[in-house]
This record gives sequence, structure tokens and C-alpha cells, in this order.
Amino acid sequence: MADYEIPETHEFPVIPSIMEGAMAHSSPYVANVEFQEAMGFPSPAEPGQLIDGWKEKFLELLEEKLGKYRSMLVFMDTCVKCGACTDKCHYFLGTADPKNMPVARQDLIRQIYRRYFTLPGKIFGKLGFPGFVGAAELTEEAVREMYSYYHQCSECRRCAVFCPFGIDTAEVTMAARDILANIGMGQKYSNQIIPKVHKIGNNLGLPEAALADTLEGLEEEVEDDIGVKVRFPLDEKGADILLVTPSADFFAEPHVDGLIGYAKVFHAAGVSWTLSSQASEAANFGLFIGNYESMRNIALRIRDEAKRLGVKRIIFGECGHAWRVAYNHLNTLAGPWDFLDQNYPVPQHILEFTKDCLDRGILNIDKSENDHMTLTFHDSCNIARASRIGEEVGSQFTTPRAVIKAVCNNFYDMSANTIHDETFCCGGGGGLLTDDLMELRVKGALPRMEALKNVIADNGVTHMAAICAICKSQFTKVLPYYGMTMDQIVSVHQLVSSAIVLDGQGEEAEEPEEAEESA
Amino acid sequence: MAIEANGKTYETDEEGYLSNLNDWEPEVATAMAAAEDCELTQEHWDIINFLREYYEEYQIAPAVRVLTKAVGKRLGKEKGNSKYLYELFPYGPGKQACKYAGLPKPTGCV
Repeated sequence: MADYEIPETHEFPVIPSIMEGAMAHSSPYVANVEFQEAMGFPSPAEPGQLIDGWKEKFLELLEEKLGKYRSMLVFMDTCVKCGACTDKCHYFLGTADPKNMPVARQDLIRQIYRRYFTLPGKIFGKLGFPGFVGAAELTEEAVREMYSYYHQCSECRRCAVFCPFGIDTAEVTMAARDILANIGMGQKYSNQIIPKVHKIGNNLGLPEAALADTLEGLEEEVEDDIGVKVRFPLDEKGADILLVTPSADFFAEPHVDGLIGYAKVFHAAGVSWTLSSQASEAANFGLFIGNYESMRNIALRIRDEAKRLGVKRIIFGECGHAWRVAYNHLNTLAGPWDFLDQNYPVPQHILEFTKDCLDRGILNIDKSENDHMTLTFHDSCNIARASRIGEEVGSQFTTPRAVIKAVCNNFYDMSANTIHDETFCCGGGGGLLTDDLMELRVKGALPRMEALKNVIADNGVTHMAAICAICKSQFTKVLPYYGMTMDQIVSVHQLVSSAIVLDGQGEEAEEPEEAEESA
Repeated sequence: MAIEANGKTYETDEEGYLSNLNDWEPEVATAMAAAEDCELTQEHWDIINFLREYYEEYQIAPAVRVLTKAVGKRLGKEKGNSKYLYELFPYGPGKQACKYAGLPKPTGCV
């Protein structure tokens, strides 16, 4: 199945013995000239090279970030090498490469900071012994090593939870990636995708006509299935709610079953809603590449569409990092949102909407429809560690679980140090969900796979529910490597979809049977 | 990168997807499949042909439910599901079948 070893899972987590350079070969494809230029990043004369004057540019950008973001300066200065983060990263646990200990990965750029921006680094650097004060020369080799290891961090921030100083590795990774893109080494996967969002409306490159055709097909599918016409409106001006959801929800399984769930909830709640062809994407890969302008431009197109369609509310579908951007930054990136109805959260998460409907008792639920499954829940890193889903502290943990428990009879959590704010990344987040990083993704999934296997063994869990398009795609791909099946990952709103009973549901289906009986 | 088929050389990207959609010929699909130890049967061709037709109309590969529905209609209900498609294309119909059909790789969170 693979030409590398799949890590073993255990009953209890095992901290691996280190293997120097175990993942030094892992490096995603570099963006070509076309993608670099579409993003406004410079291109080198030859693909794979750095631009002329790269070293000066690197240091100039690092200096700019140190001045602009106080956090970056604090993160560079405060690490005392205590080691609390070393065994907290899923990529270290899965690969045993010591450079995947968050402290070591951060040090790749910290040692450049020390060499060029601190007095001891400057002095010992000139004397030829920069390593004496934890500094290092900025060489092309160092840049390539950064490219490799800053694409072995999914910006999930689990390490930051355990850091006594709160050093946020994700921000260090983002800063490094932005600098690399600006000296000619953008990553192909993310930089190929972002221009599509602006040109076509979504990461997939799904044009309006194809989206309309897909949605029409879903309406037919639901009607065939339950005999109720549930609408999937597109670009409907004057609708109350704009749903912004990851484009994977239109395209892939199990994502699409979640989308059907949202539509059924809206139908049952009797609200008017619409999707937008131009904002047919919740994801914001500007976050992954650490580029503020890019993140802002992606967010602005949601504002443009909200205005064009004249909606009163914005609701986000099941997408991890999209919710992180929306929850934390939507207002500063694309606000003020004073033209929306201020009686509702701006923006709102679909789970908050559904939970509210459940709490008010306006959804007719038959939990037994999910009795063939026993569920567990994977907290998505970006939602767990960077947001809430509701007003209260910890609602990002309680809201999804409350919804699952309201529609399923059988639910068990995975072990306590792998959920809530200690959750593990799925292994494919932060712009790493690409085939050229498959080895990293499989190995990085280890801690989650281990916890899942244990809850399967202990509690008879059959399926894991998730609320992020990346998590769903990543697990679909990696579950078979660990002896499980791809259909064991489900969308939370897929569970809602199965349990919800709409008015008129099943009535038509019964008629032909009666006719047969009487005949 | 490139792939040889029909005595000609076809340019591909790093991941083996055809650089120019219009270059595609059936022999390209056969050569790509052979390189992955896959022998194309009529069942594979049914999918590949549908992908090309859909792409021509919509400039994108079909979403999984669009594909399974079309397969179900054309080849019988028992085949209109992703299990059948994964049996034919174990690396995923979205990616493996698109590659053989000369379509660009679907990008994003899929």
C-alpha cells in the first residue's frame, strides 16, 4: 500500500525514539511561475531556484514581520527550550523526526533571527561561531530545510496549548511560509488554489453552471429518497441567510451528506437561504500561507456577495479553518457588518443554528435512524483551539456533541488528552492536504488513529463524526492505512440528515404500497 | 514530466496529469493506467468517457453524486455508488479516473 512504514498504534501512546532526518526528504511541490505570478509572488529565473537577491529579501521580510507583529518578536525571544512541546506534535509522534518537535521546527527561523537581529548572534556570527549562541547563517540549504519542515506543520496549535509561554508555532510557520513564497518558494497546492477562488468562486474551480447542475441533482436525490422537495437555492436575491460552505461539500463524500443535512434543517426551520456562486467557498487558504492580503481578499468576496444578494445573516458550513478565520477575523478583514441583522451572531456556525432549532423543539427527530452506528467525535484543531460555537466558554466542544447526542443514541468520546483543546490534528490541515505529502499525512494521523482504535475496542464505536472538510477528506484517505474503512468518517450534519423527519416525509412512498395491497 | 504513448510524447505536470487537455487520446489513458499496473476494461472506459463529456460541458470533473447518479442511470442502479467506482479506481475516482481522462486534478479540500 505504501513504500514507507505505517506507524504502529498502541493501547497507550508511545513517545518514539528520535530518528534524525527521518522526514528530511519530505517537501511539497513548489509553485511554478504561473501560480507564483497569479498570487503576486516573484518567480525565480529557473523553476526550483530562489530569486535574485533572495537573502536580502528574506531578512527584509523577517525584519518587517518582527516590527509589524509584536507576537513574532516575542515568539522568537521567549523560548527557553523547556521541552514541553516536544512530544505534543502529531507529526513528531508519527515520524520520530526530531526537527518535527515544535521547538526544533521553530528554531529553523529562530536561529536566523538570532544571527541577524541580536547582538550575540551578530558578534559570534562575525567570529564564525554563530552556533555558540543558537544562531545560524542564512544559506540556501537552510532555506530548503525551512521549506521542508514548515510544510510539516499543520498550524494546528496543539503545541501552543502546552507551551508555558504560549508561543504559537502556527504563527511562526505562517510567517516562514510567507517569506519563502516571497523569495520564489511558494507551495504549489495552496498557491494553485487561491487564484481559483477569485476567478471561479471556490477552491475546486467549480463554475456556476456545474454548481447549479450539482445542486439540482441533490434536490432530485433528496426528493427520490424521502419524497419531500427540499431546496438548494443558488444566488437567490433577498434570501435571509447566505450559507458559505467549503466547496468540498458540493463535490465529495461524506461532505455532501452534510450539505444535505444543512438544507433539511433550513427546510424544517422554514427560513429562506441561499448559496452564492461567487462565494461558493468557506475555506480561506490565505491563512495557511500566512499572507494577510490574500486572506483579506478572500474574505472580502463574502462581503461583496452578502451585499449583492441582500441577505440579513451569514452562516458558515462545516469547515475548520474557515470558522477560525470567520470567528476571529471576519470583522477586521471585511467588516463592518452593520448591514446584517444584529439580532444574530455575525457570522454564525451551522451547528449553532441547528442546536438552537433542536433546543426550541422545532425539528422532528427520530434518533433510531442512527442506531446502526456508535459515534465518536473528532474536534477539529482550528475550531477547538481558536473559536467558540455559541456564546459560552467551551461551546466549540459542547455544541457539536449536543447536536450529535440529540440525533444519535450511541456516543462515546475518545480519551481525554486527545479531545477538546488537546485534540490532535487529522494530519492533513494547514495546507498539507495534498498527494505529494501522503507519507506525512499518513504518519501524522497516528495519534488520532490510535485514539480512534482504542475507542472502537473499548466502546464498540463504529463511526467518527467531523465538522471540517479537510478532516473528512484526510480521514477518508488515511483510515484504510490503519486497517479501517473510508466510510467510517461521517459529517455531523449527515447524522442530522438521517434522523430528521420532515413534514410529508415518506407519505408519497407509502401510497404505491397501499395501491398494491388494494390491487 | 512526460508520458509516452502511441509513439508520441505527451507533457504532464509533476503529478502525472496531462498538461494540455486537448492532447488527450485513448492511448494516453492506456499508457497512464499501465504505468500504475491497471488494465483498462470497458467498465473503466465508460467512466473515462463520461468524465470527458461532463468536462466538455462544465469545465470541471463531476461531483461524486453527479457521477454516481450518471453511472447508475447508464450502467444500472447497482453500479451507481462510490464503492463501485473505488473498485475500478482504487486511488479514488476523482483523481485517478480524472488523470486517465486527461482532466486536471480536482483541487481543494478533497
